[in-house]
Amino acid sequence: MVENRPWLTFLTHFVLICGVVIVVFPVYIALIASTHGPTALSSGMMPLLPGAELWNNVVQVLTEERRGVAPFWLMAWNSLWMAIIITVGKIAISIISAYAIVYFRFPGRVLAFWLIFITLMLPVEVRIIPTFAVVANLGMLNSYLGLTIPLIASATATFLFRQFFMTVPDEMMEAARVDGAGPIKFFRDILLPLSRTNIAALCVILFIYGWMQYLWPLLVTTDPKYYTLMMGVKRMAAVADADPQWNTIMAAVVMAMLPPVLIVIFMQRLFVKGLVETEK
Amino acid sequence: MDTKRTIFPSQGLPYLLVAPQLIITIIFFIWPAGQAVKSSFEREDPFGLSTSFVGLLHYLRLFQEPDYLASVGRTALFALAVTIISMGLALVLAVAVNRLIRAGTAYSTMLLWPYAVSPVVAGILWWFIFNSSTGILPYMLEFFGLDWNHQLNGTHAMILIIVAASWKQISYNFLFFLAGLQSVPQSLNEAAAIDGAGPFKRFWTIVFPLLSPTTFFLMIVNLNYTMFDTFGVIDATTAGGPNQATNTLVYKVYTDGYLGLNLGSSSAQSVILMLFVIVLTVIQFRYVERRVQY
Repeated sequence: MVENRPWLTFLTHFVLICGVVIVVFPVYIALIASTHGPTALSSGMMPLLPGAELWNNVVQVLTEERRGVAPFWLMAWNSLWMAIIITVGKIAISIISAYAIVYFRFPGRVLAFWLIFITLMLPVEVRIIPTFAVVANLGMLNSYLGLTIPLIASATATFLFRQFFMTVPDEMMEAARVDGAGPIKFFRDILLPLSRTNIAALCVILFIYGWMQYLWPLLVTTDPKYYTLMMGVKRMAAVADADPQWNTIMAAVVMAMLPPVLIVIFMQRLFVKGLVETEK
Repeated sequence: MDTKRTIFPSQGLPYLLVAPQLIITIIFFIWPAGQAVKSSFEREDPFGLSTSFVGLLHYLRLFQEPDYLASVGRTALFALAVTIISMGLALVLAVAVNRLIRAGTAYSTMLLWPYAVSPVVAGILWWFIFNSSTGILPYMLEFFGLDWNHQLNGTHAMILIIVAASWKQISYNFLFFLAGLQSVPQSLNEAAAIDGAGPFKRFWTIVFPLLSPTTFFLMIVNLNYTMFDTFGVIDATTAGGPNQATNTLVYKVYTDGYLGLNLGSSSAQSVILMLFVIVLTVIQFRYVERRVQY
């Protein structure tokens, strides 16, 4: 702060409190809704203070069988696996391809770099039908492979590792070579440990990314056994107009958004690092 | 493109290392994109038995179709509104947090977590709030004599998706504005203060211009976000309705192609969107490289 102006400090806090209220408001409403019984929400004005039914609603979400959706725990399991496979897969394939591009000189290297770069320009959303067709032809509909593999190629992660490898001093590698380490040993014993923080930061970002996927699972799964949470809560909400059970739906929504939100709150430093670095 | 000063001599290994990434890229990215381009020039007969080359027919039809042109306008409106609202709010909040010394971190945490709320969930949350039978906002709006109904009123539906999409994007913009603000040298601010410039004047003449690389970068990212990542928001709230009022370009590719099975037209729409992303990406990489350099 350059100079002390009490009214400006007051204004600052006022603005921030308003901002936090705006940001928290929808989730607060959802939380409140998930603590009431079914009747409290269908009687016109929604209550603004928590009720006592949270536990019942949670139990109901976890145990109840709903038409057209898989059981909640199964969808949570699918989402978890999808997020984990995407995270691990993306990091694995992009760290080795970045290693090849930085530490080797081979014919076709520039071409490989550009092919990876192009993936940035082709989000799933613009090639829905043909990608679906490829996955269908490979027999990967309704499987974990179909859910994850097409999302695993990632230019941003490759760029992040490339950027990082360029900052690793050349002397490291020269010393390793003098000591007789081959490329695989150098990668495993020196480069990988050095990349720990970057990998951790990417894990946070990619787990959230994987957990949030909606359009792709919607396309490749028709069997409720492979539904993910994001699809599940949307389907539950869609029937809510006909059969209003907002209390349990909101409980399900809150539970579905909880894992990534907790990750952001408790791993804020890694999250910020990951987000800022991958966008460079 | 640069490598290290010293490199490993190796024949096969680098190919093995890039292979997984390249194979996935080619099978699931480049091949489908090529297919989209190809089928945008073709027409398939109703039974899918034969295809014939029709040139630019699908593209010409698209640009004569009032639905498509309306969707272009709608998408532009949606993208601009979300970009302006979420960036504006985020900038105000980032400037405020940047003024604070101790309380800043606590506020940051509370402003950052919506990043982890997925677009579908954001859609459901706002849909619940705006729901005409139990929602809390329509109840309040009634006092002002406004009869809220996004299921019938197209403008209301558009406002709903703009609010939901902007809400979700505030944290992202906030984070980048805050990072940008923190890299503005404090000495400039102090020098201006000694010369007698007040806080608002300092912001507009020093901080904001220095922030312009961040602002520019965020504009591109936000346009990209509203064009492509808001599918979930729309699908969970209005599903393109009522009467096409919120049918954005990406949602239209999905409804025409996946639900309507109009492959030629959907492919042509995909190709147009691809060109748009390519332009955005090129702009981003040509001009944003120089981001945060003072």
